[in-house]
Amino acid sequence: MKRREFMKLAGGGVFVFFTVGEPPDWLEAQQRAGGREYPSDFNAYLRIAEDGKVTGFSGKIEMGQSTQTALAQILAEELDVALDRVDVIMGDTALCPWDMGTFGSRSIKYFGPALRQAAAEGRAVLLELASERLKLPAAQLATKDGLVYEKPNPKNRVSYGDLAKGKMIERHIEPKPPVKPPKEYMIVGRPADRMDAALKATGKAQYAGDIRLPGMLYARILRPPAHGAKLKAIDLSGAEKIEGARIIRDSDIIAVLHSSFDLAEAALSKVKAEWDVPEATVDEETIHEHLVKVAPAGDVVEEKGNLEEGRKLSAAVFEESYLGPYVAHAPMEPHTATATIEGGSATVWASTQRPFGLSEEVAQNVGLALEKVRVITPFVGGGFGGKNSGRQAVEAARLAKLAGAPVQVAWSRSEEFFYDTFQPASVVKIVSGLDGANRLVLWDYDIFFAGERTSQPFYDIPHYRILSRGGWGRGGGGAHPFAVGAWRAPGSNTNTFAREVHMDLMAAKAGLDPLEFRMMNLKDERMKRVLTAAADQFGWKPMKAPSGRGVGVACVNYLNTYVATMAEVGVEKSGAVKVKRVVCAQDMGRVINPDGAKAQIEGCITMGLGYCLREEIHFRGGDIRDRNFDTYEIPRFSWLPKIETILVENQGLEPQGGGEPPIVNMGAVVANAVFDATGARLKRLPITPARLKAALPPG
Amino acid sequence: MKETIPFELNGRPVSLEVDPERMLLWILRDEIGLTGTKYGCGEGICGACTVLVDGEAVRSCQYPMKDVRAKKVMTIEGLAAEGKLHPLQEAFVRHNVMQCGFCTSGMILTAHSLLRKKPQPSREEIVQGMEDHLCRCGTYMRTIQAIETAAQEMKKGARR
Repeated sequence: MKRREFMKLAGGGVFVFFTVGEPPDWLEAQQRAGGREYPSDFNAYLRIAEDGKVTGFSGKIEMGQSTQTALAQILAEELDVALDRVDVIMGDTALCPWDMGTFGSRSIKYFGPALRQAAAEGRAVLLELASERLKLPAAQLATKDGLVYEKPNPKNRVSYGDLAKGKMIERHIEPKPPVKPPKEYMIVGRPADRMDAALKATGKAQYAGDIRLPGMLYARILRPPAHGAKLKAIDLSGAEKIEGARIIRDSDIIAVLHSSFDLAEAALSKVKAEWDVPEATVDEETIHEHLVKVAPAGDVVEEKGNLEEGRKLSAAVFEESYLGPYVAHAPMEPHTATATIEGGSATVWASTQRPFGLSEEVAQNVGLALEKVRVITPFVGGGFGGKNSGRQAVEAARLAKLAGAPVQVAWSRSEEFFYDTFQPASVVKIVSGLDGANRLVLWDYDIFFAGERTSQPFYDIPHYRILSRGGWGRGGGGAHPFAVGAWRAPGSNTNTFAREVHMDLMAAKAGLDPLEFRMMNLKDERMKRVLTAAADQFGWKPMKAPSGRGVGVACVNYLNTYVATMAEVGVEKSGAVKVKRVVCAQDMGRVINPDGAKAQIEGCITMGLGYCLREEIHFRGGDIRDRNFDTYEIPRFSWLPKIETILVENQGLEPQGGGEPPIVNMGAVVANAVFDATGARLKRLPITPARLKAALPPG
Repeated sequence: MKETIPFELNGRPVSLEVDPERMLLWILRDEIGLTGTKYGCGEGICGACTVLVDGEAVRSCQYPMKDVRAKKVMTIEGLAAEGKLHPLQEAFVRHNVMQCGFCTSGMILTAHSLLRKKPQPSREEIVQGMEDHLCRCGTYMRTIQAIETAAQEMKKGARR
């Protein structure tokens, strides 16, 4: 869209255009992935409207992390306007600037500073306009609560709305005006209520499946019983008899459309299909051996010193393997999209973490130019890395084109499990060594298919090598029998489980308290600080494990957010683990919305109990056995431990991410606490009662 | 096989010509257009589709229309009276409970049903009453706090 067209669509007022300052390596990755650069025409922006309301536009999306509210706080702070006068429109490809996607806890970290700068520019523009209007030099003017006023005479003032009235102003100020120093903050750094809270409490918040269009049809699509299955024979006659049902068959899609979802489903159930299902060669028990067998040579992620030298220095060597299963995202909202194609233009409402990538996929699949496709992202009912694939939206758009009517594709829970891009099953092999003083001197770390994130050591180790074979999104070579992908803090749950359990294991062998052992192998002051903060809150008393108390510790540096977690568990006779208490200390730099950040920590801890204790996809080759929450159990109310959260102050550091980091420690902290309680060392997730009992020491 | 089924929806009488075997969820969402009630699992496991029938929380994805006849159905859209949020809704907002918000409608209505039976529930009773409700974002802690707050407000006589 041309800038002028956009401004017309968005309404009048003062606009500020600016460039998002993502780091160069990230930009390169974006280009590699999407083949697109940030548009040089215009980028993220904000608008100050004639009624004085401020609207920010962001290509990011809101899937629960309260990013919308935090971005609004940043705008309100820098522009000196009340928070309730600010709105943030997200994930609409016609209104918002191109963005690669919402993942990696990056929205505030990378988009926040640019938005802050844009708001500072917006404020400078308002000062200039007011200077003309009030015939005073800008230096004599100040801003407060949506007004520009004369410093010595505050009654001489003009509102932002009045300044923007009748204007269509587009500004870029060079050099960039300074941003407000954080010590003057009144809105940022204080708890703010979620902007979407009332909408979500009243059922008014719209998700992709809540879009209703005249003549819209619901599509149910025939699915194979297993990945890799081929259709052998089909009989559609039963479905054809259902009143109002329309059957569409086009290359790989066979769908039944109806004006009600349940009637489309009823018609689909009448379709008789026979399939050739390939023989299963792997399942959840044999997958790890298989992965090690088919793994590629791998890439060195990071290395230092010399492994041979490290071996020579080692008084004790520890060699272990850590195993992780396939884990589902299981957001409460299954993938959904509503599509309409009219007059050569497509509009698609989709639950997606990647609206711009999706617009390209839709354009290709329905044969439209990219600028003729608009993707709108309403509220997304949970993503966790699982809504990067746009399959459901492509299906909706294709069917809308074929049917000549608006079509909604809403996956059933079974489809959601079947097409999920699971956290990959993985193996991590570690060979480590301690010298005579129990200092780490060797760390030979070999990752199979988990991905490399947070595998880089933060402990002080003179000789190490990190090797990664296959990433979280790259199976290849017949590694996985179905799709895999990013799962909240990709790679990091696996790597942290392996690293922190291994640290614990060495501490126990060395006869040292696990916290003390970590501290003596750490030089990183930020890590020491979060560990100390967690220990103070927890009331950590040094003792060699297993102490019988059931306490554990784990820590991580997740993309520059530091997290230390401590837990207390009880283990029942059945082998079931009850997590009683979790303390989490997090240094995420300057915090925009402390209450929102704490909500993310609580959520991550609660969600993390699932992958730690129960979540594991059962399968036979491409046949996914878990298709609903009856067999795939996720955390419930009764699992809830006492949760205590600490935001460790770090005003000198720009805001970092918060949506993922606190989940990362959960596997290790519970496994370590289980060891402390029972002496059972769990090296495979999840920690099921059977696995725990099998790992109990004799006697 | 369609039948006329009269019932009360959010305080208003309605009468629908529908197949009595169809589930209430789809009638609400697709025929009436009340989309605040969500599909989460389709098997009555997750609770996202919860509505009140004669004050009792039910899973609308498993609740056939024939059982709705002459009953009072309340969905999330009917909870705020005269534009004023119900104390439970107020408490969910005040505690910033919701993250993705997809389970919220059902959570609030199950809590409503719980408080009707146990106006001052203990923490254990809240956990028991809400146990079969799933939230993937992990908002259980704040949900419990919000229900406790709402119970206190309602005791003070806020209403209902």
